[in-house]
Formats: sequence, structure tokens, C-alpha cells
Amino acid sequence: MAAHLSYGRVNLNILREAARKELREFLDKCAGSKAIVWDEYLTGPFGLIAQYSLLKEHEVEKMFTLKSGRLPSADVKNIIFFVRPRLELMDIIAENVFRCVYVSCYQTPHCKLVKECYLENDQTSLYHTAKGLMTLQALYGTIPQIYGKGDCARHVANMMLRMKREFAGTQNQILPVFDTLLLLDRNVDLLTPLATQLTYEGLIDEIYGINNGYVKLPPEKFAQKKQGEASKDLPTEPKKLQLNSAEELYAEIRDKNFNAVGAALSKKAKIISAAFEERHNAKTVGEIKQFVSQLPHMQAARSSLANHTSIAELIKDITTSEAFFDNLTVEQEFMTGVDTDKVNTYIEDCIAQKDPLIKILRLVCMQSVCNNGLKQKVLDYYKREILQTYGYEHILTLNNLEKGGLLKPQTSSRNNYPTIRKTLKLWMEDANEQNPNDISYVYSGYAPLSIRLTQVLARPGWRSIEEVLKMLPGPHFEERQQLPSGLHKKRQQGENRTTLVFFLGGVTYAEIAALRFLSQMEDSGMEYIIATTKLVNGTTWIKSLMDRPESQTP
Amino acid sequence: VTFRCDVQLKESRQAVNSIQRLVEEDDDEDDVEKVSWSGEPVGSISWSVKETAASNQRTDREPAFPKIPTDTPSLSKSQSGYSLSSLFKGKTKGGNFQSFTDTLSDSSIRLYAPELRKPKSEYKDYVSDWSPEETIQRLQQGKTAPLEKFRSLQDKLLLLDFAVSAHDGNVITAVLIYLKRTLSKEVLFRELESRQTALRHFIHYLTETKDQRLLLELLRALGRTEDVALLQYKEHLSIADENKRRDFLKSCLSLPFSAEDSAHVQDHYTLLERQIIIEATDRQAERGGKVEIFQKFPRRASILNMPLITTLYYCCFYHYSEPEGTYSSPLNIRQAFKISEKQYFVTALAARAKLKAWLDVDALFTSRNWLGFTRKKSPLSFQRVVDVLQKNSAPTQVLQDYVGLVEDPDMRISLAQKHKCHDIVINTYRDMKDRQQLLGYRGKVGRGSAEERKIDELLNNQQIRWKN
Repeated sequence: MAAHLSYGRVNLNILREAARKELREFLDKCAGSKAIVWDEYLTGPFGLIAQYSLLKEHEVEKMFTLKSGRLPSADVKNIIFFVRPRLELMDIIAENVFRCVYVSCYQTPHCKLVKECYLENDQTSLYHTAKGLMTLQALYGTIPQIYGKGDCARHVANMMLRMKREFAGTQNQILPVFDTLLLLDRNVDLLTPLATQLTYEGLIDEIYGINNGYVKLPPEKFAQKKQGEASKDLPTEPKKLQLNSAEELYAEIRDKNFNAVGAALSKKAKIISAAFEERHNAKTVGEIKQFVSQLPHMQAARSSLANHTSIAELIKDITTSEAFFDNLTVEQEFMTGVDTDKVNTYIEDCIAQKDPLIKILRLVCMQSVCNNGLKQKVLDYYKREILQTYGYEHILTLNNLEKGGLLKPQTSSRNNYPTIRKTLKLWMEDANEQNPNDISYVYSGYAPLSIRLTQVLARPGWRSIEEVLKMLPGPHFEERQQLPSGLHKKRQQGENRTTLVFFLGGVTYAEIAALRFLSQMEDSGMEYIIATTKLVNGTTWIKSLMDRPESQTP
Repeated sequence: VTFRCDVQLKESRQAVNSIQRLVEEDDDEDDVEKVSWSGEPVGSISWSVKETAASNQRTDREPAFPKIPTDTPSLSKSQSGYSLSSLFKGKTKGGNFQSFTDTLSDSSIRLYAPELRKPKSEYKDYVSDWSPEETIQRLQQGKTAPLEKFRSLQDKLLLLDFAVSAHDGNVITAVLIYLKRTLSKEVLFRELESRQTALRHFIHYLTETKDQRLLLELLRALGRTEDVALLQYKEHLSIADENKRRDFLKSCLSLPFSAEDSAHVQDHYTLLERQIIIEATDRQAERGGKVEIFQKFPRRASILNMPLITTLYYCCFYHYSEPEGTYSSPLNIRQAFKISEKQYFVTALAARAKLKAWLDVDALFTSRNWLGFTRKKSPLSFQRVVDVLQKNSAPTQVLQDYVGLVEDPDMRISLAQKHKCHDIVINTYRDMKDRQQLLGYRGKVGRGSAEERKIDELLNNQQIRWKN
């Protein structure tokens, strides 16, 4: 089912199997027939670990969604509630539980880390992260080196070290898979999630949104038209596609800059066409048999090609539009430090046209971040225009954005961003989109700051960028964890080291692509595994910082 | 950076289509994931949850509490972190969970909640020995440990401090719930003030449980006046009735906002007050059937709670020529809310263009000075102006005037060509002395038309010193 997780240096199936085992054991604790009441939010993530068939094996007969009001009736011995640890959900459970039944909180560390940590300062999320990392170490071995940058990173590292001390008696005898753990706060790099991603997977997420490995697409392009049949009515339900590396073609193109996808698809088309043409060469019974046995694989390949050609066409319509081009141009102007201290005409025009508020917020936040805060006059002007055009109630959102450091007035301290940009080479003119040689290809010129930091850590090391690190928020640190004697890895000739990079507060698909690129680079000597509290793009990220997003006009 | 059109995508599309014709009969590929109408993959958890819901509706049962058979099930030990009894036992001070303590005495319950199965005596001895620190440790490990035995303030604070240093949010929450119930507000707030982590956690808890009243009291006690103001202001979103909302906003004016936000809230109130008046008047006028514009362009929505610029647009549409003293006069609104010249201009232009009131549009550009009328420079680029006019189907004669005002010759030509403003193209090529282009353009105008004659005239004009 999830064979694709076994490839690669770190066998992620171990983690998946561990989760499945835990789930099974948990279910078996209640003997007899069961009904599960689900927090809807969890059905997606759980689907990544198990199917309904597994639950049925453990006598789960009925499943319901957690809602206010009474549960439907079910003739079962046990009722289990699977919920996120959220207070308002507890109330709903309490509503239904006026007799004490078996209630348990299966905690999943999936939460709005940025809003909670930077606005509401709830450290529970960090605690779960630390616990999650301890579980990871239980499965994959103690990680000898921990690096980090940011306040949350420091907290998590402290918690991990303390948790380790508390279990001092037991020694982890597993041969370590990871050499290094790198903890990075999202707010060390606020710029990257604001920028429009330009990889294939990144663009799919920006435009359509990828949830738990699925994307919902407009159905028109996916309607099957059979020859000889009258064309059916077009489906109105969006087309749902699964996206993961088990699909060969997707694994090939997901991390490419979108400009390179067309060539890849065209090449694949030729290969598949040629394969189908082979049927003319099959003359003997043996050869025909051989060809026929290949058919299912070829059909799957064709189907995959069809889907991604359709998706690429949909995306192309957007990326070739004037609006997309103009927006990208302004983003790049800000990233290269052009006119970040003035009111931007394009943004003004967009407000005047009443473009979606999130688009405006992304741009003004980007300008603020690249300028280390906006001049009071400029900030006031933008705020006025936004409130007058979209409504006064947005003072709440603007307040949140200021608290999060995304849209703030200039303080007396100077703007360090140009220095950071130059030292870390964040802007690479002439980034090669087709055959990239640097991570900046994921944003066609801009190298994500977070990934640059990761890259420099491996070589030549953070000591070479001490000054720049001090300009970024939060402490940076290094910790070492003792390994039991005899477990120190003897590195083979040419063997790569493995780093686990943990993003606290969300990561984008483009950053993931950039890390994969680093892993694949010839002389890197390093392989990266990525973990995060959440996958984000500029839109979902800003939305999570907005106050009561459902009440905002789009 | 440019995103070019992809010839390669077309190649891929062609290949896909041609292969499809070969393999058309066999679309039931086993590798393809079956997906139901709702889009969920068949067999996934989301799918089966929906299926259960659907089948329940079909069988049409009365909603009832799930029936659990009363024979003894062999439930193993609970892994739940906090024993329900430990949270709910003891005299509660105006407790939230009063009803539970009643049901706890029901003997049939004991069969299903493992914690409660222990005989009372065993339970008492079992718990009495733990210190605050040990209690917190037990809670962290998912074991039971009642909090009620800690009566003194000192003990309660120890509980809190240990919970905080453990960083376990659920434990902190459990302790805070207990303290909230058993401490007076003054004491609780005072102690929290010096414990930043616990304080932040408590605020988060109150926010999540929507305990607005207590949260406001807490923020006030902490002197976080601006947060108090914003939090209270936020309430307006849940008031549906416009008059009540207006009154509520008025009451917000005295709240301790920052100077900036204070001004915005003032504007918000003033705007809504005005909208209520305009809405009432206009609705009546519309119903009366005598005001022409409402008959020709019936209102699609009420103006209540719309943003300021939307309101301005509305008034530029329906109340443009009113004297400046009325609530609905655009000029009055502009002055009252200090709307920028550019914003006003864009909005008025859009509204008048929509109504095809070309004279009004023209008037926006002209201003009278002591010499008479002069053309004023537009706060908006003429490209934008042309764009707005064209979106509202302005006739070519009107477009022409504005295309002609575009300063950049290349831009002017491109716009003129787009909108078939031939005269402008011709004049511009003439001004640029570009013979070649003019010759080339001749083919684009109508045969025998006035424009063609004009081009010929120019081409034959010996006095023009063409550059090519």
C-alpha cells in the first residue's frame, strides 16, 4: 500500500507501521464491537496510516462524525472518540457523555503552531513536537547532534534533553539513522512562505490546495470521452487526485520548476507512445504475450500522463496570465530590495480593483519583511486603503499580523535584509530553471533563506555566518547527545550523512523541493529528511493569522 | 522571468489523446483508485464515515443515545490522562460539572469507567500520599492523580509551577481549570501576572472556551487595555441587527484603543450610522416606484455593513448629482471620511462609466480655473482609465479621447490599435514620422474609408520629413 515510503535512505514505513501498530493496540484495549466518533479534521491524516479495512479487523462496526447534539444510535459495546486535543471538542463530547464511557484523547501533534505560538503563546504544540521527536528517536536511534535557530527551536531542544534525562536508565540501542537534527523556527524566515512557489507541486498547492496528499481539481478537463458514445454530461463534482511519489511520473516532475515540466511531459509522451507502437513489432506468440503483460503498466503510465498534462494545462493558464506575471514581478522587486520603502503602485491598483484581500496582505507583508518594517506613513496608507476597501473589521487581522512580525512599523534599527541577502546569496540572477545548479530554481531566482541556512550548516558550517545569524530572530545553538558506546557510526567511504530538518511553524512544498535538490546534488555528501508541524503556502499561512477568517469577505 | 507558452504541453496532450484511442475499451484499470461520487477513495476512513451517516439516514432511526449492553464487558485499564472522578469530585464552587457528580453515584456506571471500579477505601489510601510534584508527574504519565486534595494556596501554586516547568499543555490546563474553580479572581489574576507562561496558557484557554467575560476581566486586570478594546470590538461581528450593531459600535468609542484604531472605529460607527439612514431612504424610494434610477437599475443588495469604498461607489451610482449637504452625496462622504483623491476618482469613474454617463466621466478630468476650463492631469494613468471605460463598453468616440491622452507613444498606439481608434494611430505615426508603419497600417483600415484617404494624404505630403 505504501511501498514508496520504503525507498530512500530512511525507511519511513517503519514510522507508518509503528503508528499502525499503536492504533491496533489501542483499539484492542476495548474488547468487543466498537463505534468510533471522529473529529472530522482527523479522518484525512488517519487515512495516511490506515484504511477502514484495518479498523474493521478490530471490530469497528460504525463510524460517526463528532457534532453537537446527540449521537446516532449504534448497537456496540464501546464508543471511542478520536479527537484533537481542543477544548471546544471536549464540550461536545461532554454533551453526549452523561454516563461515563470510555473516553480517551489520541493526541496528534497537528496544530496551528504560528498563531498559537506567536500570538497566543500556547506551548503545547512545542511539547508535542518534542514528544514526537522522542518517539522518532525511539524508532530510529538517538540523534547525536542537534542544531537549532529560533526561540521555539530552543524550547523544543530543551524539552528533548530533559525528556532524555528522565529516561536516563534506559539506553537506546538502535543504531542511529540520523546524524543531525536541525530545528528551525518559521519566524527565522518569514519571507519564503509569502512568495509564490514556482515548482509544479508548489503551484498545485498555491492554486488548488493539497490536503493529506490529495488535490481537488475542476472536473471539466478530466471528463472521459469514449469514441462512438455520445459525450456524457460533464461531472460537477471536482476531480480528486492522489499525489505521492508512488506515481512514477509525479515523482519525476513534482519538484521541477514549472517551466521545465512541459519538456518532461513531452519526453514521457514519446516514451509511452513508442512503447505502444511496439505492438506492431510483436509477431510471435511469445512476443505478443510479452507485450500484453506490459499493458497494465503502460495504461497506468498513460493515465498518469493524461492527468498531469491536464493539471499542467490548468496551471499554465494561470501562470501565463498578466495578473500572475505582474504579481511575480512585484514580489521579485521586493526580494531584490527595489523600492521597498515606498507605497507600491501595483498594490495600490490591486486594492482599487478589490482583488482578494489575501493577495494584498501577502504583498504588503512581503514588502514589510524585506524592509524590516514599513515607514509609518507607508504603513498607515496601506492600512487605510485596506480598511476603507475591505471593511473596518480588518483592524483585528492587521493587529494579528503586526504581532506576528509580518506587517509592522519600522523601528529605529536598520534594515539587515540586504546584508543577509548578499551574504547568503539569496538572489541568484540567471537561475537555471531547466537544469538547476542551485536551490534558487524553486522560486526562479530566490533561494529560500531557511534552506540556505540548512545548506551552510552542512558546509562550511554556521561559524562562517555568525554575524548574519545574529541578525535573524532567536538564539542559535548546538547540542550533543551521548550515544551508548559501540554505536558510533563508522562512516563508509562515500557514504552520506543524514540530517533531519524540522520546521517549527510550517514549511512550503518549494522548500521541500529545495531540500530534495540538495540531497541529490553530486558532492553534497548529505541527505535530508524533512519534518514539520504543517504544510503551508502563503495563502493558508496568512489565513491562519486572520481573525475569524469565515467572516471576511473574499 | 517569463513563463512561456508550452509547445511541449501540446505534444504531451496529443500523445495522450492518440494513445487513448488505442486503449479505449479498457478503462477499468486495476491500479486506478476507485473513488466514490463524493470524491473520497473507496475504503478510506473518510468514505466509510460518510457511508455510515448515509446508511443511518436510510434506516431512519430515531436519534437516541447509543445503547450499551449491560453485561460486564472486559474493559482493560483506561489510558485516559485524568480520572473523571478526580476532576469532578468534591464540592464545587459553582462548578460546571455538577450534573456529573450526581451520576457518579449511579452504580451501573462503575461497569464502564474503569477508574471508578476501585472500592472507595482503596482509592483513598492510593492517592493521599502524593506531593504536588509527584501529582504533576503522574498526570504527565497519563496516570490518575486528583487535584482536590490540595487546598492551600501554596500547594495550588506549586501544582501550577510544576505543571509549567513540565511544559505539558494538557496538565497546565487541568491545573488551571482547578485553580479557576477554587481561587478568587483577584488571587488568581495576581498570581498569574508573575507567571508569564501560565498566563499565556490561561488566556488561550479562555479564548478557546469563549469565556469572553472572564477574559476581559483578566486583560483589564493586567492593564492590557488595547487588547481589551479590540476583543470587545470584535463582538460586533456577532450582532446581526444593524441598529443594535450601530449602538454597540458607539459604545466602543470610549474603549482604550490605540490612537489609530480609535479613529478607525470612529469611522466604522459613523459609516454604519450613515448607511442605516441611506438604506432606509433608498428602500422607500425604490418601493415608491417614482425615482427613475431605482427602476432602471434595481438594487441588488443592501448597503448595510458594506466597506466604505463600496458605499462610495453606491452613492456615485445612485446619488451622484445630489447637493453636497446630504448623507448620500459622494462629495459629502469623501470629505467626511477623508478619502484620497485617487480613490475617489477611481470609484466615481467606475460608477459613471457603468451608467455610461460619458459627460460625467469627462467632467472628472476637467476643472475650472480663472481662465476657464482646463484639462487636469488624471490621478489615474490614462491606460487605467481606458481600461475601465472599455470594460463598461464605452463607444469608440469616447475611448478615443482618452487613448489620445496616453503619453507614451508606443502604449498609445497599442491601445489605439486594440480599440480601433484609427485616427490616433495615424496621428501618432505621423508625429513619429514613421512612414513604414503608416504604410503598414493602411491595410488595416476600411477600403475607401476616410481613414484610408487620410493616410494617403499624409503619405503624399511632400513637406513631411519621414524617418523611413
